[in-house]
Amino acid sequence: MTGPSLMDSLFQRSIDDLIKALRLTPPGTEAAFVAKAIEEIRREIRSTDPHTKASALQKLTYLHSLHGLDMSWAAFHSVELSSAAAHSHKRTAYLSAALSFNPATTDVILLLTHQLRKDLSSPNVHDVSLALSTLSSICNSDLARDLTPELFTLLSSSKVTVRKKAIATVLRVFEQYPDAVRVCFKRVVENLENSDMGILSAVVGLFCELTENEPRSYLPLAPEFYKILVDCKNNWVLIKVLKIFAKLAPLEPRLGKRVVEPICEIMKTMGAKSLVFECVRTILTSLSEYDSAVKLAVNKVREFLSEDDPNLKYLGLQALAIVAQKDILAVVENKDLVVKALSDSDVNIRFEALRLVMCMVSEDNVMEICRILISHALKSDPEFCNEILGFILLTCGRNYYEVVFDFDWYVLFLGEMARVPHCQKGDEIATQLIDIGMRVKDARSQLVNVTRELVIDPALLGNPFMHAVLSAAAWVSGEYIKLSRNPFEIIEALLQPRTSLLSPSVRAIYIHSAFKVLMFCVYSYLKLNGEESSLPSTLTDSELVSDVELDDHNMIVTNGQAPSASSITHHLTQESLLALVNLVEINLGPLAGSNEVEVLERSTNVLGLIKLIKPMLLGSLNDCEGDQTKGELKASETVKMIFDSCSEDLGPVSVNAQEKVPIPDGLVLKENLDDLEEICGDIKLPVLTSFSLVRPQFAETSNSAECQGKDESELSTGSTSLLAEHRKRHGLYYLSPGNTVTTSNDYPPAHDPKDMAIDEDEDLAKLTEKSLLTGKKPSQSKPRPVVVRFDDGEVTNAATNRTEIKAGLISGAVNEVLLGDEATTSSSSRRKPPKSRRAAEDSNVSITEYKSDASKIDQSEHSKAGLGGSKHNGHGKERRRRSSGKDKEHDRKDKHKSDSAAYGKHRSRHRADKAVEAQAPVIPDFLL
Amino acid sequence: MGRFFLVKVIRELSGMILTRAPKLCNFVEWRGYKVVYKRYASLYFCMCIDQDDNELEVLEIIHHYVEILDRYFGSVCELDLIFNFHKAYYILDEILIAGELQESSKKTVARLIAAQDSLVEAAKEQASSISNMIAQATK
Repeated sequence: MTGPSLMDSLFQRSIDDLIKALRLTPPGTEAAFVAKAIEEIRREIRSTDPHTKASALQKLTYLHSLHGLDMSWAAFHSVELSSAAAHSHKRTAYLSAALSFNPATTDVILLLTHQLRKDLSSPNVHDVSLALSTLSSICNSDLARDLTPELFTLLSSSKVTVRKKAIATVLRVFEQYPDAVRVCFKRVVENLENSDMGILSAVVGLFCELTENEPRSYLPLAPEFYKILVDCKNNWVLIKVLKIFAKLAPLEPRLGKRVVEPICEIMKTMGAKSLVFECVRTILTSLSEYDSAVKLAVNKVREFLSEDDPNLKYLGLQALAIVAQKDILAVVENKDLVVKALSDSDVNIRFEALRLVMCMVSEDNVMEICRILISHALKSDPEFCNEILGFILLTCGRNYYEVVFDFDWYVLFLGEMARVPHCQKGDEIATQLIDIGMRVKDARSQLVNVTRELVIDPALLGNPFMHAVLSAAAWVSGEYIKLSRNPFEIIEALLQPRTSLLSPSVRAIYIHSAFKVLMFCVYSYLKLNGEESSLPSTLTDSELVSDVELDDHNMIVTNGQAPSASSITHHLTQESLLALVNLVEINLGPLAGSNEVEVLERSTNVLGLIKLIKPMLLGSLNDCEGDQTKGELKASETVKMIFDSCSEDLGPVSVNAQEKVPIPDGLVLKENLDDLEEICGDIKLPVLTSFSLVRPQFAETSNSAECQGKDESELSTGSTSLLAEHRKRHGLYYLSPGNTVTTSNDYPPAHDPKDMAIDEDEDLAKLTEKSLLTGKKPSQSKPRPVVVRFDDGEVTNAATNRTEIKAGLISGAVNEVLLGDEATTSSSSRRKPPKSRRAAEDSNVSITEYKSDASKIDQSEHSKAGLGGSKHNGHGKERRRRSSGKDKEHDRKDKHKSDSAAYGKHRSRHRADKAVEAQAPVIPDFLL
Repeated sequence: MGRFFLVKVIRELSGMILTRAPKLCNFVEWRGYKVVYKRYASLYFCMCIDQDDNELEVLEIIHHYVEILDRYFGSVCELDLIFNFHKAYYILDEILIAGELQESSKKTVARLIAAQDSLVEAAKEQASSISNMIAQATK
């Protein structure tokens, strides 16, 4: 590439030419055009003529800022041009630097130090402000360190424009180089008393940013801020001061008492909404213990909400959300407006309203609120509709359905939600359906009704979002079939042709549920027959039957319904049963050749069962004898056993149930499992949840003997659980489990570990209390030890630590300056972390500072002798100096004087004085 | 990275903001920040702020900025800002520094900008004079 020629400079495209040409470029060819332009710029930018160079740089800056082009390669040219004599060139150079330099990665930034220093001390105001603006955007720690002296000078510049910019820029410098605080802070503080609005605004803005991180250090400045709050009439400044007080007030209760009055006054009298809103927010976040102020603020919020301005509505809702954390009643008072906002045309406002509505939910109003919300969900757009449903599910499911008392209602409501046209929350609904089934025994009959509706409706099968719900519904129907009025109807629904639309995993659940229903029918039939003709021998039958009956009895009586089991048996004849079996066989027959292993597996199970029982049914139909009776006997025993294993309740199981199992002597669990570890490396908790394979005992019979039995059974399966888990995770490498395994050990996938994990911190006390209160009995649970968790916060801790250190550095320095610490002199401790800095202080500073209380009082008495009379002797100096306003004022000034004087000659004399200051990083008495 | 970031931010925000109908509220939540935007004819002005910043104040700052632009360009339009993007930046520099509002007086800003412009004009005249070009070329 050749250097720029005369032609280039003479006929250089100006920025206007470039923009015009770019705008005329036909769409699609912009990239090529820009590439060509960059080519030109690369040539022109190397020109020695500053005008050509500036023009090129400006074009590049344009392309960078509007078209996002990379211009890091031109960083050096920016530096070069910044030394141009003409202001316009300098301006271009600094602008490009401010826009394109990255303080962390641009290495030529250091070459700019000298030029910035020169411009910062230039007599031309515009050069200085250019340099300041640039410094505020690209400041890094080196620049901050090197330019601190110049900034220090500018802080007391006589030109207002320069001074205020310098003050604002100091913020970045402090952030990058905390030691600058020692040099500059005093001058910054002095500016707090400046009468020029621009300067005041800049200082207050600076403190507003500083207090954000480490408010405590700025408490001593509270009197100054207070004065501004009372005297200043400039809204911009007032907003910032309010923000500062919002941070300071929680640290010092006396401060809150003092500022709450003026803030309320401002809120009442001022018209500017931004200021009023800031008052409201300050009161709600930081002064919430002053009831009258909060009341006033909530009234203002109500005004906001009733206005037409969407901005005010949005902010009003946000303000209410702040109140909601402390005083939910204030929100409930405004329920009408919040609910109205739910149908606002602005989605952001609707969101805020929804969040608030969910805050309001309690046991008393949950039904009403859900009713309102679902009607909103039905008429809003899909996205928001799902948002509403998600919120409802989250809120109602929170803390084990804390707010739900009427589970019959809630179960119905879940069904209703599932049918909302845009519903995509199927997974969550499914989880809750199953969870309630397991936990809340009394809700089961209603649950069965609800799921029956879902399973029977063929239209639902076509909606893929419904499939999760349907799988849960199918599982519930199968699991609690004894509560159903008409099992035949259920089994027909489970086998309807449209189930082919389901995904294989869901279909497998359908088939398995059908299996359970069939089992139940056959068993009921046998039981009936057995009672009539006492056919299938006596063995444990009677005991078993009574057991089931007792169970049914319990369930039904609590629901006040007619015993359904007997009503089933009424039309349970041999013919109907046989028809049922045939129906199942016809429907599942083809599936035995399915490609999907789960479907194939389940249907083979059912078909196997049918093979077993069909001869029996046929036999009894044909009035059998001899051999057949023998076979039937055998079959009925098998049926009984299978039914037996299916009929026990599944309950929630603690994740750490395994910890309760004592390890028997001589059992080395880890032995030979090293290989597994490699494969299972990523498994943590699921291993434990595999205990759900063991059915837990019933709640009502959970006496110690039962527990013992359970423990034992867990023990026996304990060793296989690891294997079972592994089988589950890596099923591919195992033979598909055999018949017996599936019937006894199998549970539907809906029961996955996630569900189980929910109850890990279940609280028995809470649940029992609830059941006492409502008469609703959540299913069994037992107290569980606290789960020891891995601390996830580690990573974030590291991140916050770093910022904390930085904030700590600044505030440390601020403390030193404000409290007259003289550790400044110790240049050795420059870049040490705060801890060691503290240590350095401790050793450097005169011991008086950290002496015992007694000496404190002594000292203060010495130093403050002659000032206002002391009222409270016991509480150190801050109370001590309580006296008339003028005196205080005087006192404060004195302090200032002494502070600055300390820089001069009389160091030693003022030392004691300042040491006293140091003990009170609280507010000087002016305020109190 | 810079380019990627900038383009991505603009795309994300314009996707969020341009789709919003008029007469909705001027705030959107974005990646844990709040973006305050305001539309003036075909121009959108956006400002990204922290969660606890005052949205209404920021709206006022935007309005303040637009008023100054308007005064400077004489009913500002998109083309003004495109062809004078650097001036828009300079004016912004007079209003905000280190993210804080530094000058609330429109008059002062106008005065400062005018003074800077006169400096630039003087330099431009000098640079564009023929003799200067010849001096450059024969250097």
